[in-house]
Amino acid sequence: MPSRRVINDVNGNVLSRRQRTLGSYCALSNTYQLSAAGPVGIADQKRECESAVNSKRPVNLDLSKFHFPLPAITSILHRISGIIIFVGVAFMLYGLDVSLSGEAGFERVSEILSGFLAKLIVWGIISALLYHLVAGIKHLIMDMGIGVTLEGGRLAAKLTLVISGVLIVLAGVLIW
Amino acid sequence: MVNSATNFGRSGVQDWMVQRVSAYVLALYTLFLLGFVLFTDITYETWGGLFAQTWFRIFSLLALLSIGAHAWIGLWTVTTDYIKAAMPRFLVQAACGLTMFVYLVWGVQILWGQ
Repeated sequence: MPSRRVINDVNGNVLSRRQRTLGSYCALSNTYQLSAAGPVGIADQKRECESAVNSKRPVNLDLSKFHFPLPAITSILHRISGIIIFVGVAFMLYGLDVSLSGEAGFERVSEILSGFLAKLIVWGIISALLYHLVAGIKHLIMDMGIGVTLEGGRLAAKLTLVISGVLIVLAGVLIW
Repeated sequence: MVNSATNFGRSGVQDWMVQRVSAYVLALYTLFLLGFVLFTDITYETWGGLFAQTWFRIFSLLALLSIGAHAWIGLWTVTTDYIKAAMPRFLVQAACGLTMFVYLVWGVQILWGQ
């Protein structure tokens, strides 16, 4: 992993770039104040700068303006697919319940599953399941210490999308 | 260190471990069912026959319990990340927990109640 210069404040907190810039501006203006206003002015200035640096000001988190790296996208898809599966379990249990209730029930499920909308829902749940499975296996592989680098993470994200994409298309072909 | 009253285990490490173990169970169950559906002619006899076997009922219950633990840890993480206010977060987590409980009891009834 490439080293990154981290600047900490007196409390050991990592400073944002804005805070660092502001901090150096404050340090600079302090030296100017030294000759102009004397000790009292410095204390005032310092207090003002510290409150500006440490204040919890609003942060711009406009997600539509962010550029997400591939591993971030695969990560959020992992979460979304997990939620879809969780909801999908209700459909799967219902289908299992009716299909095991008897020959008539099994035929009814087969009939329901021949409809377009039902096939679409099944494909959606299967797609979420396949993606979640592939992304999960990626996690398990990385748990073994394989590919735990920046480049490895990017490659694994690409592979996750490609492999799950192929599997999802194959599942669609099999369903229709 | 996770010091929360709502997370699954006693610590974040335990949550991590449970998430991995349940992941292996669910991956095996998914791959087995996929293989069965792909390589068996699915009729009422073969489908019902599979779920009539005790070992597969046990495997299915294990998978269902794993879904409960896995989904709790996953949804707990997601809700803790995105729902900041304590009361709505608690209510959503409670709804998730109730759903899992319903899934579990319903699943037991399907597996052994037919």
